[in-house]
Amino acid sequence: MSRNRSNFTSNFNQAIKKFFLSAFVVFAFIAYAIHERLTNSNAGLSSAQAVPTSNAGLDASGSSAGVQVSSLPTSTTSVPTAAPQPTALSSTSISSNTSAFKDGIYTGPTIDVNYGLVQVQATVQNGKITGVQFLQYPTDRRTSQQINAIAVPYLQQEAIQAQSANVDIISGATLTSEGFQMSLQSALASAH
Amino acid sequence: MGMPIMLEVVDAAADESLLEGIFDYFHHVDEKFSTYKNSSEISRINHGELKLEDATEEMRLIFELAEQTRRDSNGYFDIHHNGLIDPSGIVKGWAICNAAEILRKEGFENFYVDAGGDIQVCGKNSQGEKWRVGIRNPFNMHEVVKVISVTDCGVATSGTYVRGQHIYNPKNNQDALVEILSLTVIGPDIYEADRFATAAFAMGRSGIDFIEVLSGFEGYMIDKDKQATFTTGFARFVLNDSIC
Repeated sequence: MSRNRSNFTSNFNQAIKKFFLSAFVVFAFIAYAIHERLTNSNAGLSSAQAVPTSNAGLDASGSSAGVQVSSLPTSTTSVPTAAPQPTALSSTSISSNTSAFKDGIYTGPTIDVNYGLVQVQATVQNGKITGVQFLQYPTDRRTSQQINAIAVPYLQQEAIQAQSANVDIISGATLTSEGFQMSLQSALASAH
Repeated sequence: MGMPIMLEVVDAAADESLLEGIFDYFHHVDEKFSTYKNSSEISRINHGELKLEDATEEMRLIFELAEQTRRDSNGYFDIHHNGLIDPSGIVKGWAICNAAEILRKEGFENFYVDAGGDIQVCGKNSQGEKWRVGIRNPFNMHEVVKVISVTDCGVATSGTYVRGQHIYNPKNNQDALVEILSLTVIGPDIYEADRFATAAFAMGRSGIDFIEVLSGFEGYMIDKDKQATFTTGFARFVLNDSIC
């Protein structure tokens, strides 16, 4: 009988240990989650002033997960880019529930991204962004159909070099300015 | 407009009168569209003597094409500048295209038409090969810095290094466009190549990116530091400098 009793005791001790270990893990997780919530809430508050009046830059794919609110360059830069996506300079995650943003519709300014105009609008409800819309997006021009599909790769460069090959014709900027000079350098040549 | 016109017709049976006919056509275009001629139709419009709605069909067509190009280039092509209208950036390519069409209608297949460095090429040269077009060195007019082998397409080069400023940035009047000296565009025909070369040049350094995204066009841009930037499909036209 004593053996059974000691078995029972050791099993019980093990169970207690398991219980406390599990409880600790769960408690740690909850504590972490609450901490994260408080941290995000603070960050949300600090950017509250910026968001309603600033430019709204959003991921062009319009994904609702991890929507970023960021500021945009206000003028067209010379950085080569064909994809009309606003450049995100800084990001603040506002996926957490925060009362920092008043409900409403925020409209960004129209940005000229060199190949068209882009304007985004965000809808905030209950402190969360519930909708993102492109009010203006260059889809009505032939060129933008290609722009929407691809991004411009980094283009190759080279130093110019004089060529010695013979050429038939030369293409260059216009040489003369006034009137037509009809150069009668036309040639009649047989194909053979 | 003012520029030398050169053409070569390889097909046998092309005769002098045909070439005269082409030159006559360019003369007619110059009489109508040259801003250097006081009596031209465009000058009369610029002086307020003629309203666009009363202008000839050709003039109204050019204005329509210019407006279409303005939209296609997001405003970077604009024939209006400082209160005056100068359609030369689109008239040149259009006129060369029409001249090429005259030749084609006559049954010719192997020729080129070159007006001021903008070229429409068709068929093969007298050696039976694609036309060899050299891109002029903006820093030395006696040199060619790139040779391309092309057929049935248009090659247009926009630049400010010779005639002085004649292309403007419609979006920024203060932009002197000094970064880029020359932008050569290969397009499906010379009308398309010319209008987009003009538009892209006004975009400055971004012009080559515009040509890159434009389907069916390739480009070679030379900047003030003698650096060339070219589109990803450009290399297939290049004839490399070879020993023979």
